[in-house]
Amino acid sequence: MFGLGKKDTTVFVVVIILALCAPFILNPFPTGSSLAQFNAGYPDLMQRFVIFGIFAIGFNLLFGLTGYLSFGHAAFLGMGSYAAVWMFKLLSMNVIPAIVLSMIVAGLFAVMIGYVSLRRSGIYFSILTLAFAQMSYNLAYSVLTPITNGETGLQITLDDPRILGASATADGGIPVTNLFGLEMRHFTTVDVAGWSFNFSVGYYLCAVIMILAFYVAIRIFRSPFGMMLRAIKSNQQRLYYTGLNARPYTLAVFVISGMYAGLAGGLMASMDPLAGPERMQWTASGEVVLMTILGGAGTLIGPVLGAGFIKYFENIFSKINDGVLHGWFAFLPDGLENFVIAILHPFVGKGWHLTLGLMFMLVVIFLPGGLVEGGQRISKALKRNKPEDSGAARKANHEPAE
Amino acid sequence: MDAIILQILNGLDKGSAYALIALGLTLIFGTLGVVNFAHGALFMIGAFCAVTLNRILTLSHQVVDESRKDFLGNPLKVDVPYVNDWFGEAAGATIIDWSVPLAILFSIPVMIAIGVIMERGLIKHFYRRPHADQILVTFGLAIVLQEIIKYFYGANPIPTPAPDVFRGSFDFGVLLGFDPNVIIYPYWRLVYFGFAALIVGAVFAFLQFTTFGMVVRAGMADRETVGLLGINIDRRFTIMFGLAAAVAGLAGVMYAPINSPNYHMGMDFLVLSFVVVVVGGMGSLPGAVLAGFVLGVLESFASMNEIKSILPGIDQIIIYLVAIIILLTRPRGLMGRKGVMED
Repeated sequence: MFGLGKKDTTVFVVVIILALCAPFILNPFPTGSSLAQFNAGYPDLMQRFVIFGIFAIGFNLLFGLTGYLSFGHAAFLGMGSYAAVWMFKLLSMNVIPAIVLSMIVAGLFAVMIGYVSLRRSGIYFSILTLAFAQMSYNLAYSVLTPITNGETGLQITLDDPRILGASATADGGIPVTNLFGLEMRHFTTVDVAGWSFNFSVGYYLCAVIMILAFYVAIRIFRSPFGMMLRAIKSNQQRLYYTGLNARPYTLAVFVISGMYAGLAGGLMASMDPLAGPERMQWTASGEVVLMTILGGAGTLIGPVLGAGFIKYFENIFSKINDGVLHGWFAFLPDGLENFVIAILHPFVGKGWHLTLGLMFMLVVIFLPGGLVEGGQRISKALKRNKPEDSGAARKANHEPAE
Repeated sequence: MDAIILQILNGLDKGSAYALIALGLTLIFGTLGVVNFAHGALFMIGAFCAVTLNRILTLSHQVVDESRKDFLGNPLKVDVPYVNDWFGEAAGATIIDWSVPLAILFSIPVMIAIGVIMERGLIKHFYRRPHADQILVTFGLAIVLQEIIKYFYGANPIPTPAPDVFRGSFDFGVLLGFDPNVIIYPYWRLVYFGFAALIVGAVFAFLQFTTFGMVVRAGMADRETVGLLGINIDRRFTIMFGLAAAVAGLAGVMYAPINSPNYHMGMDFLVLSFVVVVVGGMGSLPGAVLAGFVLGVLESFASMNEIKSILPGIDQIIIYLVAIIILLTRPRGLMGRKGVMED
């Protein structure tokens, strides 16, 4: 299907189903139940899942295929956001031109930064990209304030000179981003016997774009171009000896990957027309590295899983407070209950980054292939025990065609 | 002229911090070949050693003071630190006042222990893995250390004052024949610079003039041969890791009065220190120190108003700009040896 192999088609279909049915999948608990706080099916969070999914897919194209570890990828995301917000301010509130421009801007910057950074490899490449990203961040914070609005962040105001469309709505409000009249923030809630599902326009736009981005990524993985990139990863020296110049290939994939980041930034601005310099900070670049590694670098579905995983836990884990813990462990005798809670306390709520850091370290140490490799190992172990186990078959779907 | 001298002085204290962190990073890289992203966290832990010692020393108990009354006429309860009980009031106050310099003694064993545990427990397993994996695992470790500190000390900066003697500024200009109050420089920054110079000198002397240092240098040059000669080089490298951690920690301890310690100060310094290491030349100890001071001074020059008015924003990016230019024109950095991580 669509020129994909059998295995790839399965992965692709799984991603399509996951993306399109996310409002159901992420809301497994009835609204009134005590587990309702683990529901992640509200538009804002779902949008972030897919947007960071796109970001991580793009990062994985660079890191997973060529092994070049960029520590400054968030710069492209930030540039994309700024470009998109400027498009809203100057042209129209339609998201299409904004997203297109954000990709173009990010792509152009990627050409420049990539051209310089890719002259070196290994740790030097990481430092160079980091230096460029920090430069963009510092400049956005200080001198470029007329363009970026500094610390406050770039926002849409009531007196924007919009060429297509009015500066303000009829009742004096700030106009909303839309897709040919379909408002991004619009959503309908469907109540079905205790469950309520949110269907948001913005989410579905992001999801469709994510599916497209994923499809393009599969095609790149399987193309001769992708093979070339893998060759660069496994032995660049040998590639040179055979008379091939690796630089154009790495530059091409760096630009593609930067455009993915720009796309993610543009979408982020489309969902909430706001762009601030903190999106470009190196911790933001670190986050996408975490996502990709956690999910499984160099695999197709890994980055998407990693992005979803981190964003889910960031939002849900950080909501668990002592009250919730007390609710869970109420069945234990009092002394034991307090003891267990005292142990768990540093890891939840505000301390969730500690859990993330530990988890990340464990993954790097024991599972260099990330969650995907974990899934493969489990499925292999299950297959060995009972070959007809349906759980194993289901897990096998997640297996990347790597 | 006075402005130039002032900027050089201003650059020295930041440059000292860069130089010390970069020195530790280079020690680790040169001996073990590991890129340690957790080094900034070690610097931060050093600063919190100062905070911790200050807290330990000010641990107090309440005593009813009959001579002072509150507004209702009841005797006032005052907190008396335990050190006052043990050493007398005057000596106790001095000890608390000098908590930051005392923290140097406290932090050395702590940092060496942390360094050795880190190397034996984690880094050891990453020698044979690619550099990317080392970066990633130490990056994760940095997050964990940072969050642990945040859990115990909170997210706000904790002011940690220097001893009273060093408060105030030193009028440097008078010494050189300028008008008074033109070049003034805080005493503590002078102390910091002197301290950094001392540490750098000590590390170099240790490597240059002791047998241990000689073996370590031999190991840096050719690990395998030294191992074949029957020397347990791994154990010495572990100790060097502890030493590098201690250098970062000491830089942090003394930096606490300049910049109130907070849990993410390490990350802020780490990025710059890496740039410093790369500019100085990966694996070159003198290069790291030189580049640290040069970049610190350059940064403070770039923040002069005269320069900012010509090139707005240059103060924000000068270090990165220099790094990019150096990396592209002189791949092995200022003083890097040929063949070390040159690709």
